[in-house]
Amino acid sequence: MLNPISLAFKQAKYEKRPALLTYTVAGDSSKKQSLEILKAISNYADILEVGVPHNTPVADGGQIQTSAYRAIKNGIKMNDIFKIVRDFKKIKNSKPVIFMGYYNMIFQYGENNFLKKCKKSGVNGLIVVDLPWPENKIFSKKCKKNSINFIQLLSPTTSNKRLESITKDSHDMIYYISMLSTTGGKLKVSPKKILANYHKIKKISPKKNCVIGFGITEKTISNFKNTDGLVVGSQICKEITRSLNNRQNPVINVSKIVSKLRKKIS
Amino acid sequence: MKLKKKIPVIDQGDKLGFWGGKFGGNFVPETLKKPIEDLEIQFNKLKSDKNFIRERDKYFKNWIGAPTRFIKLNNLTKHVGGAQIWSKVVSDANGGAHKIYNATVHCLLAKRSGKKVIIGDTGAGYAGKMLSMAAKKFGLKCKIFMGAKDIKRQQPNVKAMKKNGADVIPVYSGSQTLVDAVSECMRFWVANCDTTAMCVGSTVGPAIFVRICGWSTSQISRELKVQLINEFGKVPHKLKLYNCVGGGSSSFGFWNEFMDYDKKQVEFIGVEAGGPRKSKKHAAPLTYGSKIGILHGAAQYVNQNSDGQIEETESISAGLDYPGISPLHCFLKDVKRARYTAASDEEALKAYQIVTKYENLRPSLEPSHAFSVAIKEAKKFSKDTVVIINSCGDAYKDRGILEKKLGKKYVKSN
Repeated sequence: MLNPISLAFKQAKYEKRPALLTYTVAGDSSKKQSLEILKAISNYADILEVGVPHNTPVADGGQIQTSAYRAIKNGIKMNDIFKIVRDFKKIKNSKPVIFMGYYNMIFQYGENNFLKKCKKSGVNGLIVVDLPWPENKIFSKKCKKNSINFIQLLSPTTSNKRLESITKDSHDMIYYISMLSTTGGKLKVSPKKILANYHKIKKISPKKNCVIGFGITEKTISNFKNTDGLVVGSQICKEITRSLNNRQNPVINVSKIVSKLRKKIS
Repeated sequence: MKLKKKIPVIDQGDKLGFWGGKFGGNFVPETLKKPIEDLEIQFNKLKSDKNFIRERDKYFKNWIGAPTRFIKLNNLTKHVGGAQIWSKVVSDANGGAHKIYNATVHCLLAKRSGKKVIIGDTGAGYAGKMLSMAAKKFGLKCKIFMGAKDIKRQQPNVKAMKKNGADVIPVYSGSQTLVDAVSECMRFWVANCDTTAMCVGSTVGPAIFVRICGWSTSQISRELKVQLINEFGKVPHKLKLYNCVGGGSSSFGFWNEFMDYDKKQVEFIGVEAGGPRKSKKHAAPLTYGSKIGILHGAAQYVNQNSDGQIEETESISAGLDYPGISPLHCFLKDVKRARYTAASDEEALKAYQIVTKYENLRPSLEPSHAFSVAIKEAKKFSKDTVVIINSCGDAYKDRGILEKKLGKKYVKSN
């Protein structure tokens, strides 16, 4: 049986479009509201990345930092984040959920405990921003044993040799960082160049689902229609901030954006 | 876990950059793997390259002003009564603190790799000031990331950085201090690592930065060893080296050459920032038993909550106000080569008053922490014990805080 993540890619491929992955921060702006946002956007998104907020993020730009600090300030704890996923999965059991965060949160929870809890709550995959290959070898094996997808990251600075080793050690999904940037940067590289790198990865590893993230927004997304999947994060976080500042309902506004994104690639 | 002899501590990490199998490492985003690897290759080659060492020594001598003085504090010794108290006056170095060694080496490396821009973080402003000086000297463009709170409390250094032509970028996230400045600096590097070199201002960060910084500041103990032999004919048989520890760059450099001596002969005492006496917050992860966690790319003892969120620190000294500590010091603590303790804000201020009353020396708030513990302990030692405090920074940058806390008379000569 295919795992939910691979199934989501298969379904999108069947519909001849890339899978849409969204990123929102757990607990932004509150536990309840972030669950409502997940429920609402899951009508349009294929895979939900749930950000585990951390207060010394070394790879996140302003928008996601703002969301993360807001969530932490409102008291979000690791166990609350697991609960959000569990509650979400009660309603949408088949929708894949991926955690994205920094290693210290896993390290403090204990790797084994963390994975056990992931499994129990229904987390299907993990992206650990600051646990690169080969440092992640042991942990990614542990993930596999627990049927959790450990998603390896690739970037424009990744050498060909590394690329081969990393894809070899990767599970069903890989994540290509489109450019040298923190999250939320403007797309400073031409889509053509990004796609060339994407195809290089696909050539080495044709069976793995490769998604592109960083700099993907409503404006840029339609350039990448012929890919396995696309991640939008900062634009969504920004919309939450904007809605809160204008005293509007972020749940409605964010789901509008995600529905638009979906239309652009359908 | 064991400290090996005859191998520099900076080279005692394993293949993945861990000291003692668990401190340090490279917890970095994939994007930084390549620039870090490039820097590793470059540094490993150059650190034993005679021409490079000659070039380094030339700048250390002619530009930084090596060696810095090693002086006996006669009045303080008399006042305390006990061990002989000496000081290595590292604040003599060009720019007024030890941060100049690391900054110079990073600029030399950046020059050689063809980078045109160098970025760095700063807490007290020394690392930033020195990097801006070195960048100017070597014709590099310079950006310094500094917490907005630190910008307010360390104005003299901010002015100096700007005068040297550096962009000082205020960081408003989190606690607006050093920890956030380092995060922001690393984020900038993630986005610009193809054109830009990064200098981490202390023996923290991914393993290569810990090594480069430790290698650079070790100049302090190289000089001291020669000075001790000139003064005493040998390394004294009861030697105690006191140093403040924030990230840990000056203390590591102050101790490195004496690493292989038995600790009964040469004892290392690291003094962390205990924070205000009445506050629960501090910047002393080794003294107060913080757990191991990951901060800025390295595993280390770090102040954090049970979830793994890094905790805010509090200290009168911006240079020590960091929730983590160098992996090198975590290692030295666990192998019991060094002893760590803390001094409070109040104790540091008191020590500053005592030192300036008896001696013609104005240690900044950072080494004042070390003086505080040294003065207390020296009383109990025999006369043939040689106590040395690394006065690694000058109080000029602290005059605003000193004036507020102690009144104008303590800063009048600045």
